[in-house]
Amino acid sequence: MNAIHPIVLHGLIYGGAIATVLLTLTAWGIWFERKFAGRMQSRLGPTLVGWVGLLQPLADAAKLLQKEDLIPDQADRTLYLASPPLTVFFTLATVAVIPFSVDVAVANLPIGVLWILALGGLMVFPVWTAGWASANKYALLGGMRAVAQGISYEIPMVLSALVPVIFAGSMDVNEIVTWQAEHHWLVLGPGLFAFVIFFVSSLAEANRIPFDIPEAESELVAGVTTEYSGMRFGLFYMAEYLHTLVASAVASALFLGGWNGLFGLADGIHWMLAKTLALFFMITWVRWSLVRFRSDQLMRLCWIYLVPMSLALVMVSALWVYYEPMLGGH
Amino acid sequence: MTLASAARLGVDPHRDLTDYDPEADLMVLNMGPQHPSTHGVFRVKLYLDGETIVRAVPYVGYLHRGVEKLLEELTFVQATPIVDKNDYVSPMTNEQAINMAFEALLEVEVPRRARYMRTLFAEMSRISSHLLWLATFGIDMGGALGGGTTLFLHCFRERESILDLFELVTGARFHYNTHTIGGNRHDIPAGWAKRVHQALDLIASRVDEYLDLSTKNAIFVARTRGVGTLPAKLALELGITGPILRASGVDHDLRRDAPFHAYDEIDVKVQTEQAGDCLARAHVRIRELSESIRLSKLLVDGLPEGPICGGRPIKNPTQFKAKDGQAYVALETPRGELGTYVIGGGGNKGASPYRLKIRPPSLHALAAMPYLLVGGTISDAVVILGSLDPIMGEADR
Repeated sequence: MNAIHPIVLHGLIYGGAIATVLLTLTAWGIWFERKFAGRMQSRLGPTLVGWVGLLQPLADAAKLLQKEDLIPDQADRTLYLASPPLTVFFTLATVAVIPFSVDVAVANLPIGVLWILALGGLMVFPVWTAGWASANKYALLGGMRAVAQGISYEIPMVLSALVPVIFAGSMDVNEIVTWQAEHHWLVLGPGLFAFVIFFVSSLAEANRIPFDIPEAESELVAGVTTEYSGMRFGLFYMAEYLHTLVASAVASALFLGGWNGLFGLADGIHWMLAKTLALFFMITWVRWSLVRFRSDQLMRLCWIYLVPMSLALVMVSALWVYYEPMLGGH
Repeated sequence: MTLASAARLGVDPHRDLTDYDPEADLMVLNMGPQHPSTHGVFRVKLYLDGETIVRAVPYVGYLHRGVEKLLEELTFVQATPIVDKNDYVSPMTNEQAINMAFEALLEVEVPRRARYMRTLFAEMSRISSHLLWLATFGIDMGGALGGGTTLFLHCFRERESILDLFELVTGARFHYNTHTIGGNRHDIPAGWAKRVHQALDLIASRVDEYLDLSTKNAIFVARTRGVGTLPAKLALELGITGPILRASGVDHDLRRDAPFHAYDEIDVKVQTEQAGDCLARAHVRIRELSESIRLSKLLVDGLPEGPICGGRPIKNPTQFKAKDGQAYVALETPRGELGTYVIGGGGNKGASPYRLKIRPPSLHALAAMPYLLVGGTISDAVVILGSLDPIMGEADR
């Protein structure tokens, strides 16, 4: 019997550890969001389960597990059942290439950025199939909106993610962070605009307000999740928060210097987590302050503003990187 | 509905879709009666081409309780608590309307203090009603899990202070049963005026915060400007009144044009807008909110002394009797013109009306739905319905 290949072993150990930490963070991210929303709305948020309601996520999960598992008669059973776990799977798989520290990552793929963007693109499918398979008109409309939105925002997201790639000259996320540690954080330079575009597109990809159009519960009841009950709904819910966290982590790594510390403080996983949670906080803040766009306005924002802007950014970045050595920048 | 106004809007509410583009594959979506944003149990049948509405058919009646028939069985004195539940967001004006109609039929005088109190209660109801409208409009636009809820809960917090004030007077927070024929049943407790001032000052100081979340917010404006535009002529033809009519540029307010109770002694500034879209309706309501705060302060300061109920105390439910005669009274509620038409000489030896008809402003507002929705999307449908501020308890009765 051969021993397990060291790369596989590394992947298993780090993958297990990072997934556990992230899923825990997700659960308490939900707690944090509920608490934050409560404070913002002059109420208390969860208080009853555990100290300041800290055990609320466990209670929620226990409740969801006890719910009756309903499947509509006319639903396409295979797709209906496969969709919720797939959303979580695609989101979690993105995490593989995110470097939490210099040497803490599940896999340092040389095409890390491509991996993130490709899996982000695949996220559209389980959401759409969920809407399609539910045999519900609201879910169908939600699924269609999700496809339109997901595919449109994929473009500015990919283009703005190209800016760090151009500067660092690598698609390896860890290389990009290292480049930022050696030079400067991308957000402090021309990458600022790319960061804003990437952040906005991530909000749209994660279906967060003001872009939560596929769920739009005041219009489409619950959008794609209308027919789902119990833990199947819980998986969608989890994927949404996980997606938000992962998007924050990716933005931190690509633009905010990842594990690179400020003020000469030690680099490490604490910086990565701090930056990720700071972005998560911002997303939460936006969510509980704004109302949502209409789908056509969302499309206009994407195609008229974000896509041309990110295209221009890619061109400017390329020219910058090409001509900088000739100008004797260093 | 005249065909002229329909043609002007380019909208035929009775459009026959059999000749519609056969490639379009229309989807029929029943929105409601159980839907988070239909403000109760309103149902609208949407014919969708993609997500664009090509025809909308509203259905009402899911909350029909037979109120008018019930009121024929009850006596004049017993009617008040029933109509509380019609416009359940502003019960005071319902009580006021039905009792004013009965007083006109029975020729009962209302003392000056009671008239002032009723006017004050009506204005405070307008504040709480418009706050609730802004709250639910936020939910319609931003959803139950987002910025809309922030607006919603803050507006509810302020509305609560108005309900607390009503509770101090009547003992009830919602269904007050405080108006009666010839006056009011509950007098104002000591120190109440001071608390009214405190509460209203607090609300006035916070209105700007709500505007930051709503009409000053770019997304809010993008969602409402030019959406659901209602031309003044169509509004008049449909019998729409209140803030919706004023937002379409018609300067009409019964508080000023046909003053009842204490309105002839105070000066109501009528708020109008020209655009007629959802944003204009929002502006009109928010300005009316501020105006009502001003009026309420004036009224509570100028409250005259004297009896709160004229004539003999009411000892039994058949005390007031009308052999015949009829009366129609219309007054301006937060939603528009609430009319009550009553014919005397009914059962219980004339102590009940022979026939009673309530003209609810919400029902007329809903009549605009087939015109306003066509050409919009589902998102617009929710915003337009929210901007019409219908109360189904009143529309269905």
